[in-house]
Amino acid sequence: MNRADPVYMDYAATTPVDERVVAAMLPYFSQDFGNPSSIHRLGQRAEAAVENAREQAAAVLNCRPDEVIFTSCGSESDNLALRGAAFAARQQRGARHLLVSPVEHHAVSHTALQLQQLHGFELEWLPVDEHGRVDPGEVARRLRPDTALVSVIYANNEIGTLNPLAEIGALCRQAGVPLHSDAVQAAAYLPLDVQALQVDLLALGAHKFYGPKGVGALYVRKGTPLLPAQTGGGQEFGLRAGTSNVPYIVGLAEALRIAAQERPARTAHVQPLRDRLVGGLLEAIPEARLTGHPVQRLPNHASFVFRGVDGNALLTMLDAAGFAVSSGSACKTGSPEPSEVLLALGLPKEWALGSLRVTLGASNTPAQIEALLDALPQLVQQARQLAAR
Amino acid sequence: MTPENRQTVVVAMSGGVDSSVAAALLLEQGYRVIGVMLRLWSEPGREDSNRCCTPDAMAQARRVAAKLGFPFYPLDARQAFKNRVVSYFLDGYAQGVTPNPCLVCNRHIRWGMLFDYALSLGADFMATGHYARLRRDDTGRVQLLRGVDQAKDQSYVLHVLQQEQLQRALFPVGEYTKPEVRQIAQRFGLLVAQRPDSQDLCFLAGDDYRDFLLRHQPQVASPGPILTRQGELLGEHRGLAFYTIGQRKGLGIAAPQPLYVLEKDIARNALVVGSEDELGSSALLASEVNWLDGSPPPGAFQAAVKIRYKAADAPAEVTPMPGRRAAVRFQQPLRDITPGQAAVFYQGERVLGGGIIQSLHIEERV
Repeated sequence: MNRADPVYMDYAATTPVDERVVAAMLPYFSQDFGNPSSIHRLGQRAEAAVENAREQAAAVLNCRPDEVIFTSCGSESDNLALRGAAFAARQQRGARHLLVSPVEHHAVSHTALQLQQLHGFELEWLPVDEHGRVDPGEVARRLRPDTALVSVIYANNEIGTLNPLAEIGALCRQAGVPLHSDAVQAAAYLPLDVQALQVDLLALGAHKFYGPKGVGALYVRKGTPLLPAQTGGGQEFGLRAGTSNVPYIVGLAEALRIAAQERPARTAHVQPLRDRLVGGLLEAIPEARLTGHPVQRLPNHASFVFRGVDGNALLTMLDAAGFAVSSGSACKTGSPEPSEVLLALGLPKEWALGSLRVTLGASNTPAQIEALLDALPQLVQQARQLAAR
Repeated sequence: MTPENRQTVVVAMSGGVDSSVAAALLLEQGYRVIGVMLRLWSEPGREDSNRCCTPDAMAQARRVAAKLGFPFYPLDARQAFKNRVVSYFLDGYAQGVTPNPCLVCNRHIRWGMLFDYALSLGADFMATGHYARLRRDDTGRVQLLRGVDQAKDQSYVLHVLQQEQLQRALFPVGEYTKPEVRQIAQRFGLLVAQRPDSQDLCFLAGDDYRDFLLRHQPQVASPGPILTRQGELLGEHRGLAFYTIGQRKGLGIAAPQPLYVLEKDIARNALVVGSEDELGSSALLASEVNWLDGSPPPGAFQAAVKIRYKAADAPAEVTPMPGRRAAVRFQQPLRDITPGQAAVFYQGERVLGGGIIQSLHIEERV
């Protein structure tokens, strides 16, 4: 960098690894480096670390340890859930119907599209309201005997809206159809009790809750038909082949433990900052809207659209002004397309192109929020002038 | 510069060695550097071949920025480029001239849209990897000079700049020769691709301009008569856009001595041809003239005039005229003065101004 790093307000993109998590991981790189599948004592120590991590994660999820599958990231967890459950449902009961929300992460929506295009599944998109929320009644209306899987995101990454998983889960259970939920964004701030949420599959990625990148997990309720998406050795109960990434699995479990323990304090830190930001911004900037649900949303998440603004240009100006934030969708080639999620909310293109996402975390302070509120009106105005050229 | 008063410069990156070295030199001089790369229009399906801004070139520019440690952003200019530059190119050919779209790109895209963007990022200056130099005179005006490397000099395409832009422009590589620039790249450890220099237009993507025209402006294939100056009909041409002034081959006429394209008579859609000794003109009329100082010199002056990017200097007398025009009278006739291209006026190292070649006659009512 040319100068001091910008104020980081992009915690939905990724988080720094908690020092306690780093400390928990370190012994498993060069000291206890064994392969958990090995017979000898080094292998046993590594296996113990992985199984200990599994128990730790299961405690947070309120499930059995053998219902936790470690993967390489949230996207892999989503892929395993969708492919694994879809293929198993077709194999076991000839089911070919997929019911998917239009506000899923691409890890889910692009996988569902491939299942439709290459594997003959019938893909049906659930409707959402103007806040991007799925109505459980719409799920009930669309569930069929041949529905292979329902997938509804817990908390959306772009707009922060929460979905009523427990109600949807109860309906799916009645119909005998598994429910998958991507909880990658939710994990840092929301309860992950899979019994209360009534989900059968739940995807996590460690780097969204102060854990390391490159490790994720999938909760698989006992009895949920699932075929492996990656075949090979018998690791992870035969559902995910490949030598266990011991230090990262330990890191995920430690980060998840801390997240559950410190959840109230973390929420109490970010929510007032977020509320001040939303209120101040909507007051100061004309033709600005909050996207997503005003209340039923992640406590650290603020997302906006501005009419007649190129979101990428605004992000660049904000970076130059010292704020690291995001738009609806990450684009690094300068080809802005309105996000599918924002279009699903019914936003016109001239609004949807001008999106801004500010996601807060441990390092943010009230002074930083005020600084952003001071800088933004002028930058939005400049971005509007540029876009009008 | 001390860290407190460091000035900010946006460098227009292309992924090539020149703009990469420009950024490196400015960093070394103490500027705070921001890299920006224009994403320009390509024909759908041919994005990978655009000479200036392929995904490869963008990745290259991004790597240079990461290696030198400055932020890098792409700027989507595809719509503006298509509306302003590609349509100018197509319209020019439709009107029978040979347009130079790079001039329009420099004026409206690079030193228009990108320049505004740079200012909105808080930049004090904008830099490019062009081979040209700048010098501030006693009155505070900024003069545009040829690059040190005469073979690489790009001041021709920069004659469209105005004081507003020149005051905030930096051309760091113009002080060096191309071999020196390559050495500087090595010194900074920049492994930028040795792309061959090309004079092709970026959006042609290696295509022949005639094929591009046929796809996008099929009405240019409008046949008409091939005439001598005396009005004798020699044959039929395929459309004026497919011929250039001075062209000898490909006329499809059997004649006792070689025939050359002398002129395009747009009013009659006629291609005028003749012998070699009829070829050439000792005068031209330029329009849309830009004077780098902001106003024309008080009267006629002697200058060296370039009628194409790579043309040699031709001594001439230039007479500023009302309506942003100028009359140019050459000491010797030139064979390939081409309407649509720019005529740029130099005195020594300095660019005084330039404009679009309107016609080969200045006797017409002005």
